[in-house]
Amino acid sequence: MSAVTHARSDAADHAVEGRVFGMVGEFDTPHDILEAVKAVRAAGFTCIDTHTPFPIHGMDAAMGLRPSILPFMVLAGGLTGTVSAFALQWWMNAFDYPFRIAGKAYFSYQAYVPICFELTVLLSAFTTVFGLFALCRLPRPYHALFTHPRFARITDDAFMISIEASDPSWDEAKAREVLAKAGGKEITLIRDLEP
Amino acid sequence: MSADSRAGSAILEPEPLLENNPSLHSITEAICAPAELPVEKTPIGWIISFMLALGLLGVFGLSVGMLLYKGIGIWGNNQPVGWAWDITNFVWWIGIGHAGTLISAILFLFKQKWRTSINRFAEAMTIFAVVCALQFPIIHTGRPWLAVYWLLPLPNQMSMWPNFRSPLMWDVFAVSTYGLVSLLFWYVGLIPDLATLRDRAKGKVRQVLYGVFAMGWRGSNRHWQHYEKAYLILAGLSTPLVLSVHSVVSFDFATSVLPGWHATIFPPYFVAGAVFSGFGLVMTLMVLAREFYGLKHLVTLRVLENMNKIMLVTGTMVGYAYGMEFFIAYYGGNPYELFTFKNRAFGPYWWAYWSMLTCNVISPQLFWFRAIRRSVPAMFVISIFVNIGMWFERFVIIVTSLHRDFTPSAWGYFRPTLFDIGTYAGTMGLFFTLFLLFLRFLPMIAISEIKGVSPYADPHGKHGHDHDHEHEKESH
Repeated sequence: MSAVTHARSDAADHAVEGRVFGMVGEFDTPHDILEAVKAVRAAGFTCIDTHTPFPIHGMDAAMGLRPSILPFMVLAGGLTGTVSAFALQWWMNAFDYPFRIAGKAYFSYQAYVPICFELTVLLSAFTTVFGLFALCRLPRPYHALFTHPRFARITDDAFMISIEASDPSWDEAKAREVLAKAGGKEITLIRDLEP
Repeated sequence: MSADSRAGSAILEPEPLLENNPSLHSITEAICAPAELPVEKTPIGWIISFMLALGLLGVFGLSVGMLLYKGIGIWGNNQPVGWAWDITNFVWWIGIGHAGTLISAILFLFKQKWRTSINRFAEAMTIFAVVCALQFPIIHTGRPWLAVYWLLPLPNQMSMWPNFRSPLMWDVFAVSTYGLVSLLFWYVGLIPDLATLRDRAKGKVRQVLYGVFAMGWRGSNRHWQHYEKAYLILAGLSTPLVLSVHSVVSFDFATSVLPGWHATIFPPYFVAGAVFSGFGLVMTLMVLAREFYGLKHLVTLRVLENMNKIMLVTGTMVGYAYGMEFFIAYYGGNPYELFTFKNRAFGPYWWAYWSMLTCNVISPQLFWFRAIRRSVPAMFVISIFVNIGMWFERFVIIVTSLHRDFTPSAWGYFRPTLFDIGTYAGTMGLFFTLFLLFLRFLPMIAISEIKGVSPYADPHGKHGHDHDHEHEKESH
């Protein structure tokens, strides 16, 4: 089947099936997909992603991703925990209703340490998990890629590269060609069913 | 690699983490199979176990119902033994939980790849053990619906706040933080595997249920990037947390002025004991599960042997602490302290002390022998001994320190009542009910993580490695 006939049928389907989301290609091994991503980037595509059953070492560098900002969010969350735990204990036991027990000072900051630590950990953990969801834009029940019949295999043993149509240098034929050249199989055009 | 060449190279190459070099798809199949069985094919062994667990859960319901109806007088604790089975069981359960966090967090930070075959299992065990542990402080208050005002800093009719200078208050925060963080850690680890179950689901109900909890995970590397960072941070947070939880539990005792409790060795001694007992229970359950579900090629003998080594180390640490306690009682020159320890070993509760010593100190020493370390029946029996011994340890610390007060007129002897026993046995029912549901509906081994350590995952080679790569995989 030639690229021309494909393009024509895609155009014909366009009105019925929604706008083009991007092009997806499949690879056999972590090694293959790592090399292929480098080739796709070298061809000038930037809105790319890889979909794999487990994280692949070296993929962040191959895709040119900047380091995650999650640690800084967690630092802020953790400090909030420390400060609020200290303030809570001081306000309750030394300011709002001071009471003497076992001869200890009202403001016994040494005794506040364990709870300061626990709340630091608790708020850091909450920030980590909900920060992760926010950075990944999850939960996301629908995504155009889920319409791809072979996509379910990426949680099993398939390795896929997607080039999105929002890419500034998007060109359908070029995307298909680059993926094929990099060793991609089952190269498929994905349409977004949502308007 | 043939059997001959494997034997020949055994001295030079590490034993593989996974046997028979399973393909990625076969890993998915092996782990998902137990969770995907149709209802009518539920194994008979599972049904019988579940019925037994539900029966025990019923015993728990009855015991707690009676407690709420009559009050805590139905338990055997009374002066001078004001704390008895309730706190013994609490400390025992919370200690068991520690193995899960140790495996998922500390072994992760030390890059011990063998942890991937047992971490999901151990984390589940942690959460269910914490759930069981929490029952005791909640119900021992007698009126749990009011206890929320005594345990948490909430505005109440007395216009008073809890006393943050008390270790019991620290305990509330430590244990609830531990429970929540363990749950988050477990859930984050489950997301990619829930997506696997979603993608393989045959029916609509399964697809939607797993789909909701998988939150639309699509294995994107832009997500994996944050995910791996989050996992590392959670491991980093859980490591000091797990050390702090049992330290804080030990403060409940150590900050008092009671001979037998007032000791600076308590925090490390409690943490070592907690890890020891937790590995004991993981071992007991894992030996059964890998046999029953045919997961021997994923949870290999090498993994079990490593766990036995950790039990040997922590068991020896616990033995050292027992010895050191006695030495300090003698060397410290405090007659009350010395009496407490003599009373522990040779007083009315001598049977508890020597049971503890036999189970905790002597039985793990058998793991010095390689043949015992690698014998599944032996490790199964020893792991049960460890669980019994660690329960006795908490009983010994708590009851023998209390039952002979400073004045002999206040001496007493604690005996558990039927309700003490019923409540404890009942929490076993609660634990096994939750655990069996986990085995039935969730992947008991972390699928994406175990794929990550399989030979196929190495991006620097192609297919067909016969051994796992122990070398550091640096990203370029």
